[in-house]
Amino acid sequence: MRKIFDFHGGIHPPENKHQSLQGSIRDAGIPPELVLPLSQHIGTPASPVVAVGERVLAGQLIAEAPGFVSVPLHAPTSGTVAAIEDRLIAHPSGLPAPCIVIATDGLDEWVEQRAPGTGYRELAPGDLLALIRNAGIAGMGGAGFPTAVKLATRPDSKVQTLIINGTECEPYITADDILMRERPGRIIEGVNILRHLLSPSETLIGVEDNKPQAIAALRAAAAGSSIEIVTFPTKYPSGGEKQLIEILTGRQVPSGGLPLDVGVICQNVGSVVAIQDAVLFGRPLVSRITTVTGEAVDKPGNYEVLLGTPMSYLLTQAGYQPDRAQRLIMGGPMMGFTVPDANVPIVKTSNCLLAPGLTELSAPTPAQACIRCGMCAQVCPASLLPQQMFWFAQGKEYEKLEQQNLFDCIECGACSWACPSNIPLVQYYRASKAEILQLRREHTRAEQSRLRFEARQERMEREEAARTAKRAARKQAAEQRAQAAAAGGAGDEDPIQAAIDRAKAKKAAQQAGTGGTTSEREKLEKTVLTTRARLETATAKLQQAQAEGSDLADALQLGVDKTRAKLETAEQALQALLESDSPAPVTPADPAAAAIARAQAARDAGATSSPADKARSQLEGLEQRLEKTRDRLAASRNNGDEDKIVEALESTVVRLEEKVSAAREDLKAAGDT
Amino acid sequence: MFELISQYPLLAALFALVGLGAIFGAVLGFAAVRFRTEGNPIAEQINELLPQTQCGQCGYPGCRPYAEAIANSGEAINKCPPGGEAGIQALATLLDVEAIPLDEEHGEEKVKAVAFIREDECIGCTKCIQACPVDAILGAAKQMHTVIASECTGCDLCLEPCPVDCIDMIPESQSLQTWHWPLPDPASRDIQIIATDAAQAQDRAA
Amino acid sequence: MALLRVTSPHAHGPASTPRVMQKVLLATVPGIIALTHFFGFGILVNLVWACIVALACEALALALRRRPIGFYLRDCSALVTATLLAVALPPYSPWWLIAVGVACAILLAKHLYGGLGYNPFNPAMAGYVILLISFPVQMTAWAPPRGLGQLPGFMEALQACFWPPGYDGVTMATPLDLMKQNTGLLMTDLYAQTPQFGRWAGLGWEWVNIAFLAGGAWLLYQRIFTWHAPLAMLASLTLFAAIFYDGGSSASGGSPLFHLLSGATMFGAFFIVTDPVTSAVSVRGRLVYGAMIGALVYIIRVRGNYPDAVAFAVLIMNFAAPFIDNYTRPRTYGHKAGG
Repeated sequence: MRKIFDFHGGIHPPENKHQSLQGSIRDAGIPPELVLPLSQHIGTPASPVVAVGERVLAGQLIAEAPGFVSVPLHAPTSGTVAAIEDRLIAHPSGLPAPCIVIATDGLDEWVEQRAPGTGYRELAPGDLLALIRNAGIAGMGGAGFPTAVKLATRPDSKVQTLIINGTECEPYITADDILMRERPGRIIEGVNILRHLLSPSETLIGVEDNKPQAIAALRAAAAGSSIEIVTFPTKYPSGGEKQLIEILTGRQVPSGGLPLDVGVICQNVGSVVAIQDAVLFGRPLVSRITTVTGEAVDKPGNYEVLLGTPMSYLLTQAGYQPDRAQRLIMGGPMMGFTVPDANVPIVKTSNCLLAPGLTELSAPTPAQACIRCGMCAQVCPASLLPQQMFWFAQGKEYEKLEQQNLFDCIECGACSWACPSNIPLVQYYRASKAEILQLRREHTRAEQSRLRFEARQERMEREEAARTAKRAARKQAAEQRAQAAAAGGAGDEDPIQAAIDRAKAKKAAQQAGTGGTTSEREKLEKTVLTTRARLETATAKLQQAQAEGSDLADALQLGVDKTRAKLETAEQALQALLESDSPAPVTPADPAAAAIARAQAARDAGATSSPADKARSQLEGLEQRLEKTRDRLAASRNNGDEDKIVEALESTVVRLEEKVSAAREDLKAAGDT
Repeated sequence: MFELISQYPLLAALFALVGLGAIFGAVLGFAAVRFRTEGNPIAEQINELLPQTQCGQCGYPGCRPYAEAIANSGEAINKCPPGGEAGIQALATLLDVEAIPLDEEHGEEKVKAVAFIREDECIGCTKCIQACPVDAILGAAKQMHTVIASECTGCDLCLEPCPVDCIDMIPESQSLQTWHWPLPDPASRDIQIIATDAAQAQDRAA
Repeated sequence: MALLRVTSPHAHGPASTPRVMQKVLLATVPGIIALTHFFGFGILVNLVWACIVALACEALALALRRRPIGFYLRDCSALVTATLLAVALPPYSPWWLIAVGVACAILLAKHLYGGLGYNPFNPAMAGYVILLISFPVQMTAWAPPRGLGQLPGFMEALQACFWPPGYDGVTMATPLDLMKQNTGLLMTDLYAQTPQFGRWAGLGWEWVNIAFLAGGAWLLYQRIFTWHAPLAMLASLTLFAAIFYDGGSSASGGSPLFHLLSGATMFGAFFIVTDPVTSAVSVRGRLVYGAMIGALVYIIRVRGNYPDAVAFAVLIMNFAAPFIDNYTRPRTYGHKAGG
């Protein structure tokens, strides 16, 4: 007998499983319309690959998985795509989501099914995984995590224990129970496929001891294999993955980690059957077993339902009495959620449809004060302190909530169930978790915005700095120019000195230029000489080669030709240079010297002249200019020029007259001194 | 010296006090230098809490200047409408001051929105690009512009400069991914209780 | 009909706060019968008067706090407080003493802190201690048990309560008083000299304690509380008494059996220490909490100034409960120890 372990806490709610276990699995049939949400799993929604109006066959791919954590979707039966639109789905929010709507034709024509069958043993693990992935299988126990992702092991991790979850600890639900009773052979087949894929050291099927028939059936089917069926006392929530792993192995999955971290992979029995269907028969996941139960249905039982079947269609078959129902729950009474409308479709995770009667499940009663009785802490399977977390959740003290390990809460509902004060504890935790995640997202976003803002600020500062630098440079240049101009105007000597300098520089340059030509000539002469020498040796070699009849003759001939061409160009260049140089002996012309002499003479004259003389000469110049302008004005008037030219000339005349009078004043003053 | 001190008790006390003061001062000074903590400056921490929309509704050109104003010149903490009550609460906790209601002058708390450019009306003037504090608008002169929705902070700053009014602020809608159960409303609890009381009273009466 | 939209879980267990309170009330019945048998009708008059005052105070507080009165009165928590205080008070107490105690318990110790669930101190014990400090004479005046004098009749009991000047009752020291006052005698002599000691721990008192033990055992069986805190308290009290008991002299504080069956030991262990609101919550925390109370009870009984110590011990540990909780958090699934 295998040692089984216990987990902390847990509760024993009334099981209510017998109601739906009266008969065997019934076929729900084909409804007139199937509504297939694109997101029936955890991860990226599938993207449609069919168009409205297209005819599809059963098992045909209608939406493919766009990412790794996603699963594709297949048509459950043949028909035409009636619409791809937003419909209400089974989600507690009551928000619509994109769905593919198929109008069925009742023929149930299947696409050609290709499957490796028992030949799967020859497949590589990657191919087998792809097969499972392409069959659209997502965890069928209720969470809906893509099965292929869960089965994809890392190369460095060893799967020690493969656990098949047949626990089904939630009250009312019997879908897995009936599956184990009626199809144990298919479960064992599926388990064998997984064992081939993962090669675990041990394989366990965990079943609660309240399902003796299922245990017997599985034991019979597994006889002779090394698959072990392990039973353990019934307690909610022993079917939680982490709890089941602790029960069977005594190991705890580390917080935030995966079962694989403790060498375990866990799969639900429903998923195992779906894997077997896909691998052996090439049948993608298009239907599932759903328990329909509760006091508001007359014929509770388990139905094999096509995915996308509206719940109302299924409920009608089970004898649903709407006037007796106050709510409709997808899933069990502990973790299921209420659906917004009876027409929402069955999806891959719909293990149960619970239609409780008016008094069957307690109506939400007002919460009383928490008396800190600690019953919640006693039943918590994660060993949390729910009453403390409730305190912090009420005060929205998110940091403290995280310190209390809020994120290890599996939302099993045991604390709310046990609470004598009817406090909706799980809702507090759900809301707080979502709020914390949203705050984290917002914080990341704010951080991103801050970085972008700062980057922009920096960029703008950079641009501004660049602009300022440019402006400053321009200003500086302008200042320098102005300074230079001012210097030129201020010093009497400098322009002359500058002119001398310029002249000297010119002369020096000329001399350097002649020097340059000399060296050029020398260079060319040298080139001619060396090339000629090379030509001679090459010609000698060529002759020798020709004499010997060597293969090299052609190549040598080519070289000789090239050298000769080079020599010719060099000689021509030399000739040209010599010709241009021949009239070279230039008389050292002295325009510069002459200019210097003239300027010096003028300066001497200026220096000797008195201010009065200066003023007189200025006055004379002005009077001449005035004269000239008057002449031009008169000529313009006579010619009948444009008015504005006449006007401009008149104003110039006026200005010159003023200047002349001013110059006369100056002269008078100078004369006085 | 000792005689002097013993003769004048006042002097003794004075010396003792001065001596003690000097010793402790030296110890404290040493500790201040030796165990100096290079903490996150307060402005940095305030900036962490601000929503980084860079909208300028507070009257400062961006979140950081506002954070610095709060830290250095005692600016009020209730001038950030995008941060809302939660933001004020967080700032009040950080600064250990009383939380005060949002200053209506600077706008009211609104649903978070994302700018959207009606692209066929856009004339490509680049004015909104220059106004965007987080470079979330793409485009060039005479080219149609568009908003990178994931980077838009919803600050409204691009609305005003647009000469053809082709920018709309589209409020973020709730999706299946963002939806979550709300906290049970403690305020409605009492109302609920009264309702059940009333219902039971009716039952008794019937 | 529109479908109801509520969050899971949809099922709820049978537990409810009013039922818990009712069971606690029921469990006090054996103790009340024993008290009435040994000390007369005074205890019943106490009880009825205390309940009336408690309900009135509760209603007043709820009205002032604008809470639905009917809903919160039905949780029976005020009745539990009143009952616990009433059985702790001396029988034949005047009406005003009881009224002041109950009003302090309900208004000060409970509603001033936010009502049920928010009070840091056990209201009944807070009320008791306020009375003990304010009116020590009245609070230590216990009537002699049956067998040591004439028990007053029902009318006399009423008179004692509502017309105190007209009542001339006899009072007598309790065994705990005697133990504290006499330090120079051998235990056997003390037991022989004073009739109050009875067979094990005090005439009447031993049976009252056994009756409360029976009520507590029933509550334990009903899973109203866990065994950790009460058993830890009794164990530590026994341990302390055993360590310091030298087998003979009255200076050594009395035998473990004497302590277990004296005064308010069993009442405290099963009805006060188990008060969930003011105790520690985790399993380890409750063990520590109970053991500390047991130790304090012994220390205060033997070394302190007051004859009995349960109320003081409980109040002191109420202070420490959040602190204990902080250091006795259970290890969360998937976390390393201490995480």
